[in-house]
Amino acid sequence: MSGAKARIEIIERYCKGCSICVEFCPTKVLAMDAFVVKVENADACIACNQCELRCPDFAIKVHKL
Amino acid sequence: MAYDYEKSIRPGKLPHIWCPGCGHGIIMKGLIRAMDTCNLDRNNTAVVSGIGCASRLPGYLDACTLHTAHGRAAAFATGVKMAKPEMTVLVVGGDGDGTAIGGNHFIHACRRNIDMTYIIMNNSIYGMTGGQFSPCTPTGALASTTVYGNPDPTFDIAKLAIGAGATFVARGTAYHAAQIDKLIAEGIQHKGLAVIEILDDCPTTYGRRNKFRSVIDMMKRLKDIAVPVAAAAKMTPEQLEGKVLTGVLHKEERPEYTEQYAEVIKRAQGV
Amino acid sequence: MAKKVALMQGNEACAQGALYAGCDFFAGYPITPSTEVAEVLSIELPKIGGKFIQMEDEIGATAALIGAALTGAKALDSTSGPGMSLKQELLGYACIAEIPCVIVNVQRGGPSTGMPTGPGQSDMQQAMWGTHGDHAAIVLTPASCQEIYEETVRAFNLAEKYRMPVQIQLDEICAHMRERVTLAEPGELEIINREKPSVSPADYKPYDATKGMVPPLATYGSGYRFHVTGLNKAADGFPTTKAELVDAEERRQIDKVMFNLADIQKNEEYLLDDAEVILFAYGSTSRSARYAVNELRKEGVKAGMFRPLTMWPFPDDRVAELSKQAKAIVCPEMNLGQMVREVQRVAQGRCTVAHIGRVDGEPINPGQIIDKVKEVL
Repeated sequence: MSGAKARIEIIERYCKGCSICVEFCPTKVLAMDAFVVKVENADACIACNQCELRCPDFAIKVHKL
Repeated sequence: MAYDYEKSIRPGKLPHIWCPGCGHGIIMKGLIRAMDTCNLDRNNTAVVSGIGCASRLPGYLDACTLHTAHGRAAAFATGVKMAKPEMTVLVVGGDGDGTAIGGNHFIHACRRNIDMTYIIMNNSIYGMTGGQFSPCTPTGALASTTVYGNPDPTFDIAKLAIGAGATFVARGTAYHAAQIDKLIAEGIQHKGLAVIEILDDCPTTYGRRNKFRSVIDMMKRLKDIAVPVAAAAKMTPEQLEGKVLTGVLHKEERPEYTEQYAEVIKRAQGV
Repeated sequence: MAKKVALMQGNEACAQGALYAGCDFFAGYPITPSTEVAEVLSIELPKIGGKFIQMEDEIGATAALIGAALTGAKALDSTSGPGMSLKQELLGYACIAEIPCVIVNVQRGGPSTGMPTGPGQSDMQQAMWGTHGDHAAIVLTPASCQEIYEETVRAFNLAEKYRMPVQIQLDEICAHMRERVTLAEPGELEIINREKPSVSPADYKPYDATKGMVPPLATYGSGYRFHVTGLNKAADGFPTTKAELVDAEERRQIDKVMFNLADIQKNEEYLLDDAEVILFAYGSTSRSARYAVNELRKEGVKAGMFRPLTMWPFPDDRVAELSKQAKAIVCPEMNLGQMVREVQRVAQGRCTVAHIGRVDGEPINPGQIIDKVKEVL
C-alpha cells in the first residue's frame, strides 16, 4: 500500500541536475539519475513541497494526493 | 495541484539561462508567488532590471518588462513609476548592478521613498562576466580579480537601504524558499520603497573559487548563517558572530514620492 | 485674435516649444548653461498635470526619460557638455530600443568642465558618434529663440514619427539670449504622435517592421505586455544572436532615417543662387555669418550662407551640389574643426574648404569671417 502524500512530477527537459532537491528532501524520496533527478522512493513523500519550492529550474511539481 | 508558475512565464522561455544550482530561479518562483499573493495585474506591472545574470529575470515574466543598462534599473523604474503611478513597479537585479554601478540610483530611490519594490539577488559576485568581486564579495574571498584575496570591505545592503531612507527592508535567502514570496509580497504591499535582499549562491563563479565543493555546500551555508530577527533578539553578540539576520529588518511609514508629487501638482494648479 | 508674443530666453523658448509639442515629462540634472529649461518646466509641467523630476545625475535623468516614454509620455531632458558625455550610453539604449524622446544639449566650451558659462559648438561630432555602436542620429541646430521654439516642436515630432531619440544642439549664446517669440496657437503647428499598434496585444511585436520601417510602439499599462532590452533583438523584442536578424535590425534602425532624408533634413539657404563663396554656419555662429554675407555683398563679393537646421543626418547631397557651384566653402564654428570635416568629406576637393575655429569663449564675429573669406578668395 502506498503511503505517499503527493505525486512528484519531474520535467526532465528543465532539470539541470543541481541536486538541491535530492539533498534537502527530508524523507529521501529523490535521487540523481545521471544528470537529472528521479523519484526513487515515492511512498516516502510527505508532501512538504520543499523540492518544488527549492527547484531553481521549474522542473519539479508536487501534486498533493 | 502543484503551483502554477507557467501562467506567469512567457511561453517557450524555459529552461532559463541560469547555471545548475544558481538560486536565481528559486527567487523568480518566489517573486511569481508574491505577485499572485498581491493579485497583481500583469498588464499594469512593470518589471525593470539592469545588466547581469539576475537582470535577465524580466525576460521570462509575462508582464511589462524592461531590461535596461548596467546599474540603471532603479532610475528607469523611477521614470515609469513617476509617469504612471498607477502601475506596480518591481525592480530586480544583482548585487553588483544594484550597489556598485547602480549605487547612486539605488540610494536615491530609497531616499525618495518612491513606491517600488527592489529585489536584490545577492550572490556576492559578478557572475555574467566570469566572477569578478562585487561590493558584496566578502573581504578575503577569491574572485577572478582578487586572486590574492579581496581587499575590499563589504556593503551591508540592508543597512545601506535603511540609511538611505528605504521604508521597508527585508532579507531572505535562496535556501529559505518558502519565505521569499512572503517577504516580497509584504514589500509590494508596503507603500514606499521596499528593498528585499535575497542572499543567493553562484556555484559557477564564486563557489568553485572559494572551496565550496558543491551547490549543496553553498545552500547549507545559507541555511547555517541565517538567523530570523526574532531569534536573534535572544542571542548574544558572540552567538551572532558570522550570522546574518533574516526577515523584516525595518518598516516605517513616510510620505511616498508620487503622492508627494501629486500634491505638487495640486499646489501648481492652485487647487 | 492677436498672437501671443513674449520676450524670452532661448532655453525658455525650448521649454515652451516642448509644452506646445505635448511634452508631459521632464527628467534632468542641473547644469550650466542649460538649467533654465529645467527651471521653466518645473513650474509649467505640474500646472498641466505633467511630471518634473530632478534626478540624482544625468545618467539617471536619461534612464527616467526612457522609462517614462515607455508609459506613453512625451519626454524631455536637457543638459550641457559633461552631462551629455554621461548620457551617451543611454542615448544608445534609446536608439536600439527605439524609444522616442528629446534631449537638449546646450553646448559650452572645452572638454571636461571647460568653460561652463562660455559658448561652444564642440559637441557636434559627439552628437552623431558619442554613443558606441552603429546607429542613426537626428540632431537639430536652431539659431534664434523663435527657431528654438519651433524646432523643439519639430524635434518631438521627429522623435515620435521615427521612434528614436532626437537631440537639439543649442549653444550658450542661443540659449541665453532674449528675443521676441511668437507663440503658436493650438493647431497652428503640426503635432505628430507615435503610431500605436493596430494588432491585438497577443499579436503585438514591438519591433515588427513588416508594415513599415518604424514599428508601432505600444505603451506600458495599456494591455500590451512586451519586453524591451538593450540587447540586439528579434521582432518580438527578445534577445537574439542570429546573424541575419541582428544585421537586419541594425540596418533598419539606420535606414529608417537615411531613407527619409527629405522629411528629416531642413536647411536655410541665404543668397546662394549666385554665391561664389558659401558660409556653412549653424547656431549662434550663423548670425555672425549672415551679417558677414551682407557686408561682403556690399563690397561686391558674391557671398551666401548655407545653414543646416538638421545637422545630422548631414546634408550630403546639397553640400555636394554647393561644392560644385562655389569657389570656396568657409565653415565658422566655435570648435577646432568638427562640421568642417563633413564639408571636406562631401566636397571631395571640388572647392576650397576653409575653417574658422574659436574656442576662447567668445563668439565668432563677422569681421573674422570677412577676413577669412577675403583670404581664401
